Amino acid sequence: MDSVKHLRFDVAVVGAGPAGIAAALAAADSGKSIGLMDDNPAPGGQIWRGAQSAPRRSAASIWFDRLNKSAVQIIRGARVFHTANGELAAESDDSAIQITYGKLVLATGARELFLPFPGWTLPNVMGAGGLQALLKSGLDIAGKRVVIAGTGPLLLAVAAYARKCGAKVVGICEQTTRPRMVRFGMKMLLVPNKAPEALRFAYDLRGIPHWTDCWPVAAFGNRRVEIVRISRQGQTSEIECDYLACGFHLIPNVELPRMCGCRLQQGLVEVDEYQQTSVTGTYCAGEPTGIGGLELALVEGEIAGYAATNWEDRAKHLFAKRARCQKVVRILKDAFPLRPELKNLARPDTLVCRCEDVPHERLCEHSSWRAAKLHARCGMGPCQGRVCAPAAEFLFGWEIDSVRPPVFPVRCSSLAAIPAHPTKLNGGFR
Amino acid sequence: MSKSVSVRVNGQPVTVRAGATVAVAVLASGATCRTSVSGQPRSPLCGMGTCFECRVAINGEPQRRSCQVLCESNMEIEAGG
Repeated sequence: MDSVKHLRFDVAVVGAGPAGIAAALAAADSGKSIGLMDDNPAPGGQIWRGAQSAPRRSAASIWFDRLNKSAVQIIRGARVFHTANGELAAESDDSAIQITYGKLVLATGARELFLPFPGWTLPNVMGAGGLQALLKSGLDIAGKRVVIAGTGPLLLAVAAYARKCGAKVVGICEQTTRPRMVRFGMKMLLVPNKAPEALRFAYDLRGIPHWTDCWPVAAFGNRRVEIVRISRQGQTSEIECDYLACGFHLIPNVELPRMCGCRLQQGLVEVDEYQQTSVTGTYCAGEPTGIGGLELALVEGEIAGYAATNWEDRAKHLFAKRARCQKVVRILKDAFPLRPELKNLARPDTLVCRCEDVPHERLCEHSSWRAAKLHARCGMGPCQGRVCAPAAEFLFGWEIDSVRPPVFPVRCSSLAAIPAHPTKLNGGFR
Repeated sequence: MSKSVSVRVNGQPVTVRAGATVAVAVLASGATCRTSVSGQPRSPLCGMGTCFECRVAINGEPQRRSCQVLCESNMEIEAGG
């Protein structure tokens, strides 16, 4: 039988990526009690996944050192699935966790956007960030042929990382146009601290073909991907590969902010200059407020942490730094708009919802996300639409706004552990 | 020399580096993770706990996201079901 843990923090931080770590450490300066929780087995988020055990001194290791020396209580492997009235409900492998807090910082990060094309459900077709996460988790890819596809700077980072791990990167398929890519590169060179990073990528990726106006059309294989067919500047060709790593940039994880009642604008969590959301005492930092990368996430996290502990002066000192980092948000937004051709990749029988195996043709019958859920079971599986809803939003222009508890599938015992306040459940369990 | 950990995937021994996730062990074994509702083999997509494609049974407990669980010595993993 699962046990129930009760925890209380002055500041609870959900998400232990860079934004959450920075928020927790800034808040800890006040001497107040800080809890930092994450679904993953270790802190670091995606960008610093596995970095804690890395031997060499890096930006990540400096933050991990600070975290390990701090009084922040880290709660690993804890999935927050419900929140109401100053309480979070979470579950870990062996217990239900009830967390009460004074202030809340949401640093829930981002995930990749996946778009359906024939063969995208084959084993070894995965996200670009997905492949990198698996490599950081110990996947041996030495000598394997990898095609990296989709859009955004993550493709370059993943290609460099895969090569470092011994993979043969056959090519990078970037859907954006050559002029946009060149403009992006030039603008990034002008951002402070980004030039060395850009030059390092250029060196790490030397000799790897980088095709623009290029995207995957279909993947083929017997039980796993063997061939990917790509469209490249209007011509199709086929490439043999062992892995196809494909992601169409990032989308923020806004399920939890939404359930907390935080107001969103154009899919992003609205915050004031202190990173406070429309809900007083609830802050948000990192990708959910705008996809802007590591430096922005760190400074937003620090501002949120100081603001949540009434240290406005310290927060204010960071406003100028944040403004500089926010330039990256605009550059990213302009450089990688998804081209309309990507809407036509799915054939009638191509699955869009991978949990419930709902094909594209079943979605065409409906006029809204809600109707597609109710009639075709799209988005009704365990991922709760985290994969197919953003795809459907792009393919059909549907507004995806529903979220209800639990925001992750949980054990019945974890649901039963929630204190019985029927009005708190927002109708979600009825 | 880095430490390693041994588990069994569908009864077959698999050795991965210490700190590797169960998803990595399943991929290393050559197995796929789960069978979809219409019978297709599936393997990890997102690698970070959101897509639920990497679900396997670990020590008899079904529906675990293998990308979020670290390998422990002698773990029994059932994949492909």
